[in-house]
Amino acid sequence: MSVPLSVTIFLPLAAGLAGAVLPRGWARWTVLAAALAVLGIAIWMVADYPAGGAGLRDLTNQQWIPELGIRYSLGVDGLNVFLIALTALLWVAATAAACFREWDRPRLFYFHMALAETAVLGAFCAQDLALFVFFFDLMLVPFYFLIGSWGGRQRVRATTKLVIYTLVGSLLMLAGAVALGVLATPAGGHVSFALPVLAHRLVGKGTQEWIFLLFAAAFLVKAPAFPFHGWMPDAYRAAPIPVLVVFSAVLSKVGMYGFLRIVVPLLPQAAQHYQTLMIVIAVVSILYGSALAFSQDDARLVVGYSSVAQLGFILLGIFALDVEGKGAQGAVLQMVNHGLVVAPLFLIIWALSARAGGSESLGRMGGVAFRAPALAGLFLIVALATLAMPGSANFVGELLILFGTFSTKLAFGLVASAGVALAAVYMIRMYQRSMHNRVGAAVESRDVTRGELVTIAPLVAVIVALGVYPHFVVARTERSTVRQERPAASLEHASETGGQASVPPAGTAELGPLGRAP
Amino acid sequence: MIGAVHSQLGPFHAPHVDWKGMSPLLSVLGGSAAVLIAGLFPGRRTQRVVVPVLAIAALIAAIGLTVWIWEPGGVRPIVAGALSVDTLALGVSVLFYVAGIATILLSLRSAVVRECGAGEYASLLLGSIGGMVLLAGAQNLVTIFIGLELLSIPLYILCGSRVRQEHSLEAGLKYLIVGSVGSATLLYGLALLYGATGSTSLSVIGHAVGTRVPLDDPLVLTGVALAATGLAFKASIAPFHTWTPDVYQGAPTPVTTFMAVATKAAAFAILLRLFDEGLISDRTNWGPALAALAVASIVIGNAGAIGQRSMKRLLAWSGVAQAGYILAGVVVGTRLGIQTSAFYLAIYLPMNVAAFAVVIARMRVSERGDDMAALEGLGRSSPWLAWPMTIAMLALAGFPATAGFIGKFYLIDATVAGGYAWLGVAIVIGSMISLVYYLRVIAVMWMSPSEVEVPAPAPARASPSRRVRSVAGWSPEADVRAQPEVAFVAIACAAATVFFGIVPEPLLHLAREVGSAISSAL
Repeated sequence: MSVPLSVTIFLPLAAGLAGAVLPRGWARWTVLAAALAVLGIAIWMVADYPAGGAGLRDLTNQQWIPELGIRYSLGVDGLNVFLIALTALLWVAATAAACFREWDRPRLFYFHMALAETAVLGAFCAQDLALFVFFFDLMLVPFYFLIGSWGGRQRVRATTKLVIYTLVGSLLMLAGAVALGVLATPAGGHVSFALPVLAHRLVGKGTQEWIFLLFAAAFLVKAPAFPFHGWMPDAYRAAPIPVLVVFSAVLSKVGMYGFLRIVVPLLPQAAQHYQTLMIVIAVVSILYGSALAFSQDDARLVVGYSSVAQLGFILLGIFALDVEGKGAQGAVLQMVNHGLVVAPLFLIIWALSARAGGSESLGRMGGVAFRAPALAGLFLIVALATLAMPGSANFVGELLILFGTFSTKLAFGLVASAGVALAAVYMIRMYQRSMHNRVGAAVESRDVTRGELVTIAPLVAVIVALGVYPHFVVARTERSTVRQERPAASLEHASETGGQASVPPAGTAELGPLGRAP
Repeated sequence: MIGAVHSQLGPFHAPHVDWKGMSPLLSVLGGSAAVLIAGLFPGRRTQRVVVPVLAIAALIAAIGLTVWIWEPGGVRPIVAGALSVDTLALGVSVLFYVAGIATILLSLRSAVVRECGAGEYASLLLGSIGGMVLLAGAQNLVTIFIGLELLSIPLYILCGSRVRQEHSLEAGLKYLIVGSVGSATLLYGLALLYGATGSTSLSVIGHAVGTRVPLDDPLVLTGVALAATGLAFKASIAPFHTWTPDVYQGAPTPVTTFMAVATKAAAFAILLRLFDEGLISDRTNWGPALAALAVASIVIGNAGAIGQRSMKRLLAWSGVAQAGYILAGVVVGTRLGIQTSAFYLAIYLPMNVAAFAVVIARMRVSERGDDMAALEGLGRSSPWLAWPMTIAMLALAGFPATAGFIGKFYLIDATVAGGYAWLGVAIVIGSMISLVYYLRVIAVMWMSPSEVEVPAPAPARASPSRRVRSVAGWSPEADVRAQPEVAFVAIACAAATVFFGIVPEPLLHLAREVGSAISSAL
């Protein structure tokens, strides 16, 4: 028994539309109720998902535009089930956080929040390339309005920059997607964009390579990875916090998810060809993001640049392309972890700025912990998780990524591991500057309010739970992830051993990430 | 003398006329005559009710007759091979009828109708539509030229129909001069094609080129080049677009709306007919040239639009860019290419009409005319106008859940499948540039005006609009209700844009039937 995926995806949009026509005060509650309902469904999905499962579940597969070969095809497997749950959870947190404030034109605000959730869920569930592009581009519309209409200073400039940066990538991806679908069609066959079909219709190596670059442009901008992060500081400064929570925690994952879902399995030869390039981008992102996170005064940008570094780790894991798929498993785990730590970090920054006279500058905070022990405790847990303290799921994730990288690109892995240490430097600096140190001039410390507690504490609880039992995620994502990477990884393996490229047949027992058989 | 000619040619047989096939055209031309006569009767009621109702009735009748004679597949031309009533001609002519209905609705309260006379205005409009129908179905070089002139001459008058306004007259005159140059160029090209092949029939020319006449025959090549240039003037394809912004801005806005969608569709119908049917065998020669024109249009149109403050000029430049996209479908020359062009023309209509309708609604109440500033805060004051404009801009930019996305998808599909992948990439790059100005319009409406960076106002000429002082106590909400037909057109077009963005299949099916008209296509 399960709810059709279409209902899950379009429930928020329906609530947003209902809220737009209902009286003004109702919008927040309808949208929040829908977000909660989606969370309930997502929890059920995760609970129902068998450990070691690999196949697509809850499949919806209907003709949409037969003329163009586009199908309305949705499905859940180990790769996206936790990302759907993450989306659902963080949307509840963000919507709840928004509900504690009054917004100008509330019906429009909540409509855009709801539309954004629909688009993100659609992108995660899509099993058709054209449908994925559809939702991927659709995500941008509500965020354009959310940042541009309700953001801070220079918001229009920031949101325009964001949209242009992102859409430049997205449009290139549109061209790449269409080209992939058309060029992969055998003579006399029908064009299809269905991912399983495309996985069997691989195009030639030369074609794969240029299409790879088009896709990579879209996903790297979305992440953002160095040097495609130019929109990030402005957008992060301008976005309202509830919007930033989902924007930073979830949207960046869609790009990384795109690499795993589309690029690596459909363009394996290109993935192998550009492996070094992508790893270089990943390592530079880690070092650059960490270095800049250390030198920022704006608390949002500390988190923003730390995200660049964290996403560098995820990218590194995806392109480790090791045969056992450890890097990719670590990447999936780390996507969930990063979403879980970034969201409370922004909510905490919101809480801190409320105590520091509205300033989000680290220089004006300080000394909050003395009168706010609960808030400090929550912040400490999140900060330690972010810097991948042993005992947190982030530690497991980064370790898996590094294991995977060591087995294929040892030198880059060694450089990247410096990033683990750097994370400690910038997170502890942020914690110290805001919580301890001398009390800031405008700081009026008080402990966590009810609204803050309701939104932050559940996220922290999930962080702790995953820290205790990361295997819960790994066991469910493992087989789906390894399956995505296998064609590319086997090429990599073959080129190293000088042997013939051979794709291991499906169902071969892979060792679990922690050395256990699944 | 006449008798001598007569005896030389033998007895003159009037061609068989297929009245059924010509019925939509006759409905439009009959309507044109009827509204002209009806407009002669005095009385406010006649001018404001009877004439528009008659005109719309004639157009609806034409749509009905088109549906009646609709028959997919290759249909033999009628009237001695002069006119075709295949699905390409019929499908595109439905766009003219719909554009005509929208134009009449948009001009109900327009000053242009009072100045020019309701009967004359509607009659000229219907006459122009008649010319478009003729042009879209032309199977003969002579029909092409007659159709083009019948289309253009009423438009020259309509552009200048605000006789007391300098800008309108200027637009009329400019359009007349540039349009005549275009017509003359086209005529010269058609004459050379006739000289090379010895026939005015498109099908005979199509068979002759490549067999009897070599592909690189200088007469054919020159003829093709001149004909392409002449039609590029009409379709406002760069670098023959320079008249577009001035004429669009100066002409009465309902007329601009009509020109933006209907004239463009007519010009592309004949481009498809001439190149993808008549001259398809010579594709290796004209393909690269038209591809270069398409790229030039995309780049110049999008770059030109960035600096615009006037909404009409902005839409004119965006129209140049969009013409480049549509031309890509012509360049490909495959059946898929024809389908994409037809599909894009169909969705181009609601996107643009929605935008122009909002501009018209604002020009009537705002003293800033068609300046972008007239849209400031529209999202708050009248969301029923702001949403259609938003949807139109998102669709023109190619965002998903609007028809524009499907259109771009389809175009890229056709270019890649037709071996012009780089043209697909050019479309994509053009779309990127276009974001700058489309998003700016949205930002002006929804986001605080002080934050939006718009280009500085042009110092030389002020906004050419009618300067009406806003009346004290004017309520923005009342604005929508005061001109319900304009709001209706805007909302209906926006709804169609979203509908075909989510359920494009019916329109794609029609586009496929339109593509089936040209049997020689690959």
